[in-house]
Amino acid sequence: MALPQAIKAGLPCMNLLRMTAVPILEQLYLEERLLRTSAENWCIINHGTSLPTIVMGISGRPSELVELKPVLRDQIPVIRRFSGGGTVIIDNGTLFVSLICNKNAIPGLQPYPHPIMSWTGQMYGQVLHEFGDFHLRENDYAFNSHKFGGNAQSIIKDRWIHHTSFLWDYDARNMEYLKLPSRAPKYRSARSHVEFLCRMKNYVPSRTTFIEGTIKSLGGHFSIRPFDLDELGSLSGSGSLSGSTKLLTRQELEEAYSFQCVAVR
Amino acid sequence: MAMASRLMWASRAASYLKISTCPRAFSTVIKDLKYADTHEWVKVDGSSATIGITDHAQDHLGDVVYVELPEVGSSVNQGKNFGAVESVKATSDVISPVSGEVVEVNTELNGSPGLVNASPYEDGWILKVKLSNNGEVNSLMDSEQYSKFCEEEDAKH
Repeated sequence: MALPQAIKAGLPCMNLLRMTAVPILEQLYLEERLLRTSAENWCIINHGTSLPTIVMGISGRPSELVELKPVLRDQIPVIRRFSGGGTVIIDNGTLFVSLICNKNAIPGLQPYPHPIMSWTGQMYGQVLHEFGDFHLRENDYAFNSHKFGGNAQSIIKDRWIHHTSFLWDYDARNMEYLKLPSRAPKYRSARSHVEFLCRMKNYVPSRTTFIEGTIKSLGGHFSIRPFDLDELGSLSGSGSLSGSTKLLTRQELEEAYSFQCVAVR
Repeated sequence: MAMASRLMWASRAASYLKISTCPRAFSTVIKDLKYADTHEWVKVDGSSATIGITDHAQDHLGDVVYVELPEVGSSVNQGKNFGAVESVKATSDVISPVSGEVVEVNTELNGSPGLVNASPYEDGWILKVKLSNNGEVNSLMDSEQYSKFCEEEDAKH
């Protein structure tokens, strides 16, 4: 599909950065850097990540959220990201779409969690409503009552990021690495991971259909400009930025496991 | 004017003018505090100050589940972020309205982050600083200016 190349009169520009299998840690470093040091709007799309990885929100505690014994045994990386929200395990079946915007980019949109969640929900609803009973359910994207998209945000003085991990597909065995969260949306109704989640591939014809639909939907609000990864230089390394995204060390995970064992006794 | 009368007046005015209103009552503003346009408040006491986020901010953020506090002894600078609050799915930077050295943080927020919602101007205070430049307070809004600022901001959206 040809992307709209011409600058649309009156619409702010949004850089579109497409990546494949970039490790999630690198993606998060990049996003935090662009959020805090860039003045431009961005849409970042990453197809999958190279290794199964657990990603917690900024306040996540591994002793509460992660089954640490198998995680340590299987050396699953655990990351604490800079944005809020819950814990996910991601792999090469996950599709990431992140939107980084200046606070005035969308007319009438207040830079607070609920309005941003509502706006992005409507944007994705335009893309997905023809494929299933799409809902924004308590901050999750769901077909009917089955979640396929988890959201998180970070809002700074004049900008915000809304990033989503979409379950195009997932390995159900990976869910064994996660505990059932104590803080869960009501519509989850205490269901297990497998009963609660669904796979987008069972609803949407192809990843391309979803991605191109998303770009088209964004094109109603932004003038989309494809951006080459090479233009960003090195992805890793945040220069002088002291970011919040962190890969937990084995020692930290072992300490959390000790705490978890004590808590169980 | 009683709150109920204000709400009724606001609702009728909004209806006449065909604008939407927030269903919540107007946010609380405390008279003797100073306010930043990023929705933090500061209470100055000589060369010290207490800082928190306003009722308007906590209402728009939603239920606060975590507060990232700065380190005691660290510096904060006017207009720069020093910490964050997490509400459900979002982290939101907290911007310091003044510059100085952090002398105390509200450790109660570690176990009870909801104090920011329940008592934004009292029990939900976030940090105390020793001011490095008292003159910075003059650039902040008083309660009337801040109330007007919030109303204008909400009316734009």
